[in-house]
Formats: sequence, structure tokens, C-alpha cells
Amino acid sequence: MKKTGSQILLECLQREGVDTVFGYPGGTVINIYHDLADYPIRHILTRHEQAAVHAADGYARTTGKVGVAIATSGPGATNTVTGIATAYMDSVPLVVITGQVPTPLIGNDAFQEVDIIGITRSITKHNYLVQDIQDLARIVKQAFYIARTGRPGPVLIDLPKDVQIQSTPFEYPDKVEMRGYKPTYSGNLRQVEKAANLIMTARKPVIYVGGGASGADASEELLAFAEMTRIPVTTTLLGMAVFPQRHTQSLGMLGMHGTYYANMAVTNADLLIAVGSRFDDRVTGKISSFAPHAKIIHIDIDPTSIKKNVRVDLPIVGDLKDVLKKLADALEKRSDQLPALIDTMEPWREEIDAWKRGYPMTYQSSDSVIKPQYVIEQLRELCSEDAIVTTEVGQHQMWTAQFFAFSRPRTFLTSGGLGTMGYGLPAALGAQVAFPDRQVIDISGDGSFQMNSQELATLVQYGLPVKIAILNNQYLGMVRQWQELFFDRHYSQTRMELPIDFVKLAEAYGATGFSASRPDQVREVIRKAFETPGPVIMEFKVDREENVMPMVPAGAAINEMVLAS
Amino acid sequence: MKHTISVLVENEFGVLTRVAGLFSGRGFNIESLSVAPTLDPSASRMTIVTSGDDRILEQINKQLNKLIDTIKVTDFTGQDYVEREMALVKVTAEEDTRAEVLRIVDIFRAKVVDVTARSYTLEITGAPTKLNAVIDLLRPMGIKELVRSGPVVMGRGL
Repeated sequence: MKKTGSQILLECLQREGVDTVFGYPGGTVINIYHDLADYPIRHILTRHEQAAVHAADGYARTTGKVGVAIATSGPGATNTVTGIATAYMDSVPLVVITGQVPTPLIGNDAFQEVDIIGITRSITKHNYLVQDIQDLARIVKQAFYIARTGRPGPVLIDLPKDVQIQSTPFEYPDKVEMRGYKPTYSGNLRQVEKAANLIMTARKPVIYVGGGASGADASEELLAFAEMTRIPVTTTLLGMAVFPQRHTQSLGMLGMHGTYYANMAVTNADLLIAVGSRFDDRVTGKISSFAPHAKIIHIDIDPTSIKKNVRVDLPIVGDLKDVLKKLADALEKRSDQLPALIDTMEPWREEIDAWKRGYPMTYQSSDSVIKPQYVIEQLRELCSEDAIVTTEVGQHQMWTAQFFAFSRPRTFLTSGGLGTMGYGLPAALGAQVAFPDRQVIDISGDGSFQMNSQELATLVQYGLPVKIAILNNQYLGMVRQWQELFFDRHYSQTRMELPIDFVKLAEAYGATGFSASRPDQVREVIRKAFETPGPVIMEFKVDREENVMPMVPAGAAINEMVLAS
Repeated sequence: MKHTISVLVENEFGVLTRVAGLFSGRGFNIESLSVAPTLDPSASRMTIVTSGDDRILEQINKQLNKLIDTIKVTDFTGQDYVEREMALVKVTAEEDTRAEVLRIVDIFRAKVVDVTARSYTLEITGAPTKLNAVIDLLRPMGIKELVRSGPVVMGRGL
């Protein structure tokens, strides 16, 4: 039976198991939207295309499935760009579908025409312009396959309006054949054996875990490997929820705003086992002083991540689940030597414990003004154990990383690579759509929140009970902090002069708002917010000039930390 | 150090931009690039001359392989291969230099492909070093125009 291009697209989505899409209609996707009602696919209408992509991203990061977003051509397509780049930097599997002007008009500067393939080439894992309806089913199949396999990432399909209208017999390909794309999943056993040997001779090893371990769902394998060797574990921002932060072996986050003890451990380590991490500059600081005494084992699915920023002594390309399992097996074979190994590492554990005791992650508490770190601690204490937390970008994001103590994988959604302000609210929206019965909290600053606050309307329309905590300091706090420390307190354009009434803003959208300006109100506001059905804004008027500490100044080595301002 | 890399890619629209974009986006250098379909019309062969240290070359190799449309990447550096490039040179040929130009053509087994009263257009094929040598010899006579194809390469033997 013949089907139109838009029907074929929707048919393919259904076969890929897509039950939810996020999007925004427009002239060149009107046919898709017309046919959408005939398919068992839920569409969430966001108030901005950027938010649709972030929501699909939040959906993908929490479920592990491919997130799908739809936007029209021209401005609809360009509005997806920040969302796509965010997902690309953090390796999130997405398929983004954009409408395009009819093929005869492409290149004519037609109304709402933009070369979105050209624009997104460097921020997608791959992208397609569908020029022939005969290619459509194959392209959709490939797009989903590429998005979720190997190192995951966003794939964009640009679908001209005339291709949506044409019709052809529909046939869904059963398999994907691409001679140029064959990701390596199985870790090389000889390399794994070498890694096991390096571990057996290490005296000061550290495991350094990144977001790849989340994407690979490797937290169980990681925990097993870490516990059998008792090697301390530090994580990046995106790796935080992969390893329980309250575990005795946890060193918390490393890098610019990491813990003193994580940075000291890495600097003094003789073996660094990098697991799905990419040696980002916010992690390494001055690259020549990063882990200067350590041999480096780098396990990653993406060969281009290996030796990109640092020298690597032993690369292992493969799926982290597979490699960590094999590594545990290889160590199991040496189980008679393991107790001796653990014993020889005792001085190392003592050294780390001394750093932990000497310089714990802490802050100056107050009875008169709300400390932002206190809010994070109270949110953690009062929320449910399986709550999903998103953040925007800035000081509140770092305080969340430092003080929330995540314990379950896929519960912490944050824009680590691109650092996108305005990510958290739509990502929370997507997470809440995926898990309607779980608690979803967006921790925000007053600056970031205003970048996508229109999504309050979407939350209310669909009855999505996201709880939003705004740490309001009426500053672009992170930039202000840099201005304070490195630019003689010249607060150029970082004062958010106009005080916003966030309670009224919530009410304007039909949501609920609470505000706290004293420390003794914090718990009460959180409790009330968690008990109130529907979306709620909790505004906390926090200490305006609190800084995120400790801190590695830009360009310094990670053991050269400023501990307090 | 200079490297000659041969990349087999899907013969699809936009592939050239993907490869070129990869180089410009990561600050890698392209000295020359030539592209044409292969015996199998669904694939194209790109020959790229680039330079950089070992670390950069490793990244270029990996990043090229990472492109979905890339089928195979071969770095010919250190291997036994045949390398050929073609140049078209329009050189001034006045009364006093016409004979000298033709002598150079003869020595280097070049070809005259267009003649006017005041110029010759030459076709020269060979390794890039040979082309450089010819161009250096012709330069004093006055090169009006020069077009080089960039080299193509093939491994020796079966």
C-alpha cells in the first residue's frame, strides 16, 4: 500500500518504538502534524523549539531511549541548534526532524528556508537531507541506529515538504547496512589483560568516571570493579550519578570546582583509569600538570576521545559494560593476589582520608541569610530517593554537583559540555513526561531560569508536576564570581537589576509559587512545594555574593586550588 | 611532516563538506585535496595532503574514520606508493624564450596543449617534486597562469 512521506516518517517512528515526541508545528511540517493524530504517538507542544529539543534530551537521558523532536524549517530549525549542540557535547541520542521548503525551492532563499544541514553539520553525529521519498524509510532507520549506537549523539533529518506529500509503497528495512559505520563494542582481551597487570602493580590508583559510563549504563559493572579493588573513584559532572557519591570510595567530582581530595588524589596518582571520560579542560586544568605521575588507562567507545587531550599509556576501545566486565573477570583470575594488592594500597587510602578530613567539601553556614548550599542539602534531604534532578548552568549547577550527593544513575541531568543556560527546565519537562510518577526537580538560578521560563506553560498544560528551585541572587552569579576574583569586582552587566516576582510569574501561568528569604523558611517551602500538586516554583532569596569554592583558577593546575574566598 | 592520506567515502551529497569541515573545525591543515568517483560509482576517492605531528595525524585519521560516510582511510606515509599530480602552466613565450620553453617541455616529458603567438600552455604530469622543478625553471620566463590538480596516489604492487 502506498503511503505519503509524512505517513512513512510516522510509521518508521512507531516501528522504532517511539511513543513520545516533542515539537512545534509550522508551515513545512504541517503534513506531519496532520497525520500525527492517526498514530499512537504522544506529542508534547513546547513553547519554543529549543525547549522541544532539550525536553527530548531530558527524555533520552532519563530513559536511555532515543529522544525525538520536530520543528519547522527556517527559524524553527535554527531554534533547535542550541538543543542539538547541547546533546552532541554530552553524547545524548536524539533524532531531530526539521521540515524543509519543497525541493525545487531549495537554494532560492525561499520563505523560512535555511540550510540546516550545513548549520548542524558540526554539531550532529550525522545529518540527512531527504531528496527522494524512496530513501526516507532507510534514512529514518539509519538515523535511529546511528543516534543510539557507538558513542550516542543527535542525528538530524531535514525533510522537504514535497517529499512529505509524495507517496510510494512503504517498506521498512529490517536491517541497517552502512559500510562506513561499525562501532567497536567488544574490548580487546589482550589490552584488558595489560590493564589488569597495571592495576596489580599500582600503589596509588584512581578511577576517573565520565558521562560515557552513564550512557553505557555501566554503573553496576563500575561498582563491582571498584569494590573488588577498593580503588577510589572520582567522577566528572556528567558521571556523578553513575557512582554513589556517599560510597566510602567516592571522592566526589574532580576539576575546576571539584573536591580538594579528588584533585589531590589525581595529581598524586600512579595509575589513572579513565572510564568514559574525555579529559575536558574543566576537568584537567593545566594539562601538563594533570596526573603527572600516573600511567593512564583510557577506556572509551569513541577512539577519537583517546589521546585527544592527554597522552595515554593503554587505550581500550569498547563498550564500557563489556570492558569493565572483562576487567573484573581478569582480576578475578588474580583473586589470590587481590588481598595483598588491597593491603599495599592502604597507605594511599590513608593519604586520601587525611585530605578528606583536612579539606572536606563544606561552606560557611548562616542563621540570617539563606546559603545556596544549604538549600541544595535540604532539597536532597526532603526529596524522594529516586528523584530526578536537572540544573541550568552556573553557580547553582556547581553547588548541586557538590552537595546533592547523587546515588542513582540517570537521575542527574545537566549540560556539562556545552554549558547551556536554559537547559534545566525543558529537560525536567522531558524527564517528567518519561516518568510521570517520579519527583522531578529543576535546580536553577534566576538568570538561567529566565532563558526558557516560557516552558511553565507547557508544564501546566500537560499537568507535569516539575518542582523548580530558583536560587535567586539577582546576579549572573558565576560570571560575577569571576569578576570578583579576577576583574577587581567590576560587575559589568552581571547585575539582574529588575527584581522578578517569581511567585506571581508562577501564578500567571496557573502554577504555584512559594518564596523564602530566611533560612528558617527553607524547609517549609520545600515541604509545601513537594506536597502541592502540579508545577511549583520555590524561590530562595540567597546570599547574593556567595562563591563556589573550592576553585581552580583558569589555566592553573588542579592541585593549585583556591579553597575559600 | 607532510602526509598523503587516501580516503574512500560514500559518493553522497555533502561528503566533501563533511571532510573539509572536519579539517577546518579542528584546525587541521589541508594542503591539497582531489576527489572523484571510483570504479564503484557509489564510492568516491579523496586524496588529501596534510601536515602535522604524530598526535595531530592520529586525530585526523580517527576523526576521518568517525565520519559515517567514510569507508576506509589509508595514510600512505612510510609506504611504497605511486604519486602523480598534473599541472597546466600558461607561460610567456616570446621570440627569445620559445625555444627554451620547448627544451624544458622535452626534458620533463611535458606536453604543449595550446599555442598562441606569445604563449604556450603546458601539461605536466609527475610527482609533485617534479612539478615544482619545472615550475621553478619556467618562472623566469613569466608564468601567466598555473593550475595544479593536487596529487593522487596508489599503493605499489597488488
